[in-house]
Amino acid sequence: MPIIEVENLSRGFQVMEPAGRFRRRKKTVHAVRGIDFTIEPGEAVGYIGANGAGKSTTIKMLTGVLVPSSGRVTVCGFNPVPQRKALARKIGVVFGQRSQLWWDLPLQDSYPILAAMHRMPEALWRPRFRELSDQMDLGGFLTTPVRQLSLGQRMRGEVAAALLHRPELVILDEPTIGLDMISKEKLRQFLDAERRANGTTLLLTTHDMSDIQRLCQRVLVVDDGAIAYDGPLTGLAEVAGAVRTMVVDLAAPVHSPDLLALPDGAVHQGIEADGIRHSVSFDPRRLSAATVLAAISSRAEVADLSLHEPDIEHLVRQLYGSARS
Amino acid sequence: MASARDPHAPVTTLVLLKLLVSARLRSQLAYRGSFLSDVAGQVLLGVTEFVELYAIVHNVPTFGGMTLAQTLLVFGLASVAFALGDLLMGETDSMSETIRSGKLEVLLVRPLPVLLQLATSDFQLRRVGRLLFGAAALVVALLIADVQWDAAKILLATITPLAGAAIFCALFLGAGAMQFWILDGRQFANAFTYGGRYVASMPGAALFFPVQILFTFVIPATLVAYAPSLVILGLDGPAGIPAWTGWLGVPTAVVLSGLMLLLWRAAIKKYTGAGG
Repeated sequence: MPIIEVENLSRGFQVMEPAGRFRRRKKTVHAVRGIDFTIEPGEAVGYIGANGAGKSTTIKMLTGVLVPSSGRVTVCGFNPVPQRKALARKIGVVFGQRSQLWWDLPLQDSYPILAAMHRMPEALWRPRFRELSDQMDLGGFLTTPVRQLSLGQRMRGEVAAALLHRPELVILDEPTIGLDMISKEKLRQFLDAERRANGTTLLLTTHDMSDIQRLCQRVLVVDDGAIAYDGPLTGLAEVAGAVRTMVVDLAAPVHSPDLLALPDGAVHQGIEADGIRHSVSFDPRRLSAATVLAAISSRAEVADLSLHEPDIEHLVRQLYGSARS
Repeated sequence: MASARDPHAPVTTLVLLKLLVSARLRSQLAYRGSFLSDVAGQVLLGVTEFVELYAIVHNVPTFGGMTLAQTLLVFGLASVAFALGDLLMGETDSMSETIRSGKLEVLLVRPLPVLLQLATSDFQLRRVGRLLFGAAALVVALLIADVQWDAAKILLATITPLAGAAIFCALFLGAGAMQFWILDGRQFANAFTYGGRYVASMPGAALFFPVQILFTFVIPATLVAYAPSLVILGLDGPAGIPAWTGWLGVPTAVVLSGLMLLLWRAAIKKYTGAGG
């Protein structure tokens, strides 16, 4: 049985818009319009889309915070809003922007309270907490008040809090937002290990392509309230025709792109800093970064380089554009 | 204490409540300086309110037909009731911030009623300062006011602070629920809670007749302290607040709490979009 079943789900909001000097008119904004998807237990799914595409609204409908305007949603066998409290025992939710920890207390004080909320006796939650604390390396700051933790430390604490009651499904809304590379990587490693060890289903929204690449076998792209793509990440790049961009800084200026002898399929995008910095885009399915770099190195000395993955907004825009035309 | 417990013991609601309240208390003690100044501020606030009443009663022979000791009884009853209501339900006062900051969503994804989480998340110990001051005023008033005690009056004096606390809890709850519709409604809501306290702590006879009716039969502020004080002191009430209303505290508290709980449920439903 699927852990999440969404059928023709829609949600509109009434907003007031000015009509004339004093009068206001009711207008319905459709945040989510008729989406369908199912998620099987143990899957790891990335739910992506631009700001305002309807991600948060969907998450709210899945967690029982918001009732759908129409359509059907079943999570862990429950109808989220009427069975909100029963559902809350089965799922863990991490909101990247808000805390569910007790702000003024040492980090370790939040867990007994959360465990009690889930009616877990000490013998059940204590070992689980030790396990989470070890895997996430919480030991060094368990006695620090939450308000004094760094963002990376706090997010690890938040994720541990959401997983304490061994939820079947973990929903993470922007879990890596604002984190540095090391903290992001730690969090991803942990979530991946958790899923492999316990078969936990993961659903996460993010703006970070690497989160998806590291964690999810499947992505759902939502655009303007509708599902624009549902399938593996590699397929998404194919559908959208994603390109990577290599930026090289040369030791000596080169003023014409022709002098770099770029291989077929690589497109010169521009020159900056008087011929020192060049950006080159290429299709990763046809060319490797090494081939592009070798070609450039054969003509000029490369002092520095960076590689840029296609960002999600870009992919989504491409995808939506091609679906429309 | 925690280590002495059987680690396999099921978690009862009582254990959970203890944990929630003690977490709240420890949070407040985390900032010692600000906690102490808060307590001092709350006591000072109580003193100021009393001085205000004292200044009036001192300059006129009777205030709304009451002597200083009798006024003190009204003040004490009202202060205790308000302090208890504020202690339990004060968090609903800032409901609009809770909604706007997204904190409400965090509360909604936990397996506990939102109201229970709010009540325990704002167990403001500093408000105990106000409670203690109110209780002291009440004890002094009961000693110096000339009361002809009988069983009925003893009963009334016992249940009145509790019924009053329930009335204020209901008013706070209603004020919180209101803010789901009026997002900037904190000031408006305060008119009922803090305004209610102001009216409750003064002799109702000093009010203008329609205002007496309003604060007795619509917003039951005078039923918290003044009306029961009339019964305890054996006085006749003014036209808008007859003495028999002194016995209305408990039924009013029950009815009002029920109504406000319904309003609260409607408010949560409004937020989730489940109805209305």
